[in-house]
Amino acid sequence: MISEATQKRCAELVKRYPEKRSALIPILHEVQAEVGHLSPEAVEWVAGYFGLSPADVMSVASFYDMLSLEPVGKHLIYVCQNLTCTLLGAERLIRHLESKLGVRTGETTPDGKITLKRMECLASCGTAPSIQVDGVYHHQVTPEKLDALLDELRRD
Amino acid sequence: MVDEKILTRYQEIPGYTGTIDEYVDHGGYQALVQALKHMQPAEVIDAVKRSGLRGRGGAGFPCGVKWSFIPKDSTKPKYLVVNGDESEPGTFKDRMLIEEEPHQILEGVILASYAIGCHQAFLYCRGEFVRGAEVLRRALDEAYARGYVGRNILGSGFDLDVVLHRGAGAYICGEETGLLESLEGKRGQPRPKPPFPAISGLYACPTVVNNVETLSNIPHILLRGAEWYTSIGPPKSTGPRLFSVSGHVVRPGNFELPMSVTLRQLIFEHAGGIPNGRRLKAVIPGGSSAPVLTEQHLDVTMDFDSLAAAGSMGGSGAVIVMDDTTCMVRVGEIVSRFYHHESCGQCTQCREGTAWLHKVLHRIEHGQGRKEDLDLLLDMCDNMKGKTICVLSDAAAMPIESYLKHFREEFERHVRERACPFGGD
Repeated sequence: MISEATQKRCAELVKRYPEKRSALIPILHEVQAEVGHLSPEAVEWVAGYFGLSPADVMSVASFYDMLSLEPVGKHLIYVCQNLTCTLLGAERLIRHLESKLGVRTGETTPDGKITLKRMECLASCGTAPSIQVDGVYHHQVTPEKLDALLDELRRD
Repeated sequence: MVDEKILTRYQEIPGYTGTIDEYVDHGGYQALVQALKHMQPAEVIDAVKRSGLRGRGGAGFPCGVKWSFIPKDSTKPKYLVVNGDESEPGTFKDRMLIEEEPHQILEGVILASYAIGCHQAFLYCRGEFVRGAEVLRRALDEAYARGYVGRNILGSGFDLDVVLHRGAGAYICGEETGLLESLEGKRGQPRPKPPFPAISGLYACPTVVNNVETLSNIPHILLRGAEWYTSIGPPKSTGPRLFSVSGHVVRPGNFELPMSVTLRQLIFEHAGGIPNGRRLKAVIPGGSSAPVLTEQHLDVTMDFDSLAAAGSMGGSGAVIVMDDTTCMVRVGEIVSRFYHHESCGQCTQCREGTAWLHKVLHRIEHGQGRKEDLDLLLDMCDNMKGKTICVLSDAAAMPIESYLKHFREEFERHVRERACPFGGD
């Protein structure tokens, strides 16, 4: 079920470390990038790759915010909800996004396009309020900037 | 006060993009060339010890002393692990160093590895730093191609392999043993200490874990000497420090300054003061784990010891400024929500304590608080401190205690009026 290209990258990742298990999180990133999320089948594949139980892999995957055991949208919006961003209006941004997307934080739009998530400090407090969209930072975000961004994501 | 930029000197050069050519053209990798030619590893450790450099990740432990704990006679491999998992709320200086000055970090990594006898180093880069990881990957490829990393570095006979490792989002992996667990492919649950990583760290081998900013100082110390370094800042907090200033200030950003700068200068001169004609209400001087300070503390100098004497801590160098529109109960609610989310769950005091702190602060902020809740919070904080495997529990309790200490009347008012007097957000 996992493509040859990903398997090749996994083999390269394993070679970097003195102990194979160190490649577990990097390989979970790779598999998630291919499948979209860590489905039961994906977890099973990774478990088999490392000779671990699926429960062991799940226990690791469930510990980290960026690894998702649930399906996520094509695009992922992280809104920082920590102190500086909240001081500068993060809750207003979250309300705006929830109303525009028609979902609550933690949910995905019915068309499967956008997942909205609250995140803790993204290390971008100097340009708060900050969000990350598909890994890219957006700084000093306003409702107007969000509207433009959502238009762009919806067109894609 | 020394105004010279050291850690941020390269990015101030017009047009500088951080490639290896630009770095070398402006004096980069000179410290490495000199050290490999003229210094024994023990001399490198000695220079860093004499520089007084203290760790910039949060604890402020002397870097050279940490290196000297690595046993010389161990037959096991030794490892250097770079902590690039910056996630202390309010802190954004390591991300800047990673994105703008990757070769300065790598040069520090190679020098540190040479000093402790390490032949494989790991760069643990926070998972959310997607661009940062790309920049480090490119820098690492360049360094391998030029022979600064790899076999027989610059003909010295010293070998070093550097592995870039991406995290996956967990604050607790900034704790050094949590980071090691994560690097071993496990949940990032901190380990009981002792043994400390210097004796039994990564794969149970002697390991040094150093913060990105700490390592960025090393090339400068070796090139310009420990004596020059100690001339910057107060005697026990030497060298430049990057302060991440955010919140209610006119010019938020990273400011590289000696630690002799006062909190007042940092906020009102460097960061431009409080906008919109507002007054300063509270300031967190070292990341969200640090107890809060108020106007009466503004003349404290930003060194590790003075901040401790003022009842707070230098922590990660993150300064979060709050004006008089800020509700301190709401701040407590946000901060406790964070620690509750990030508690790894191993220790009962932390797992339960962070959950209850958040629950009680949430109900006070939302008009359901009880008179007894204030002392209940203090009692919980007391039960959370000094009782757990790592200090996340303490880091959750200390700020809440400080908000109650300095702003108790505000908490009482929430309970009395059954609502947030600031109207919530």
